[in-house]
Amino acid sequence: MSHFPIRRTTLAFGAAMLSLAMLAGPAQAQRDPAYDAARAAGQVGEKTDGYLGIVSGGDAALRKMVDDINIKRRAVYAQRAQAAKATLEEYAFTAGCLAIARTAPGEKYQAPDGSWQTRGSGAPQRDPRCP
Amino acid sequence: MKVTKLTRPRLSAHKEPMAGRCAAWAMVVLGSGLAAGCISVNAPDRPIVIELNINIKQEVIYRLAEDAGSTIEQNPDIF
Repeated sequence: MSHFPIRRTTLAFGAAMLSLAMLAGPAQAQRDPAYDAARAAGQVGEKTDGYLGIVSGGDAALRKMVDDINIKRRAVYAQRAQAAKATLEEYAFTAGCLAIARTAPGEKYQAPDGSWQTRGSGAPQRDPRCP
Repeated sequence: MKVTKLTRPRLSAHKEPMAGRCAAWAMVVLGSGLAAGCISVNAPDRPIVIELNINIKQEVIYRLAEDAGSTIEQNPDIF
């Protein structure tokens, strides 16, 4: 009888830890080091359509990595676009606007005319429709 | 009796293409050997085209911006 409150506390603590673990579960890991390095080296850049692009050349491993990321992006876009009652292209384009805005100085991005640009310290060249 | 029609009846300026009228005058000039003036009115030769190519509307992008921003933040491994 006297140990009952303790057990309840332990149970509550355990439940809290479990829910914390479940919350932390879906949180994604950070960028793959190879992806991070390719971004920093300007081998890959953010395209206006919301996908990652290879700026120039690129070996098979880089192409595979970019394809892999773009497949994952597309899956996320499709899911979110459906929830937001928008088309995949609309959602991807919006994400592209934001991804270009979030590029770090030195990283590559695609300008509205399709050319690859290096992000400077100022604002990137973006589509006039971008928020 | 053969009737030679040198000039065509005057038509509305809006309907008569200038090139056609000039051609008619040219025929007259050629036939009679008389010099005739051809007044040309410069109308835009290219139709005015309104670009309807923009299939993604700005209002849709603004509506999705917040959601897309959180999507990027929730997936740091692919962005």
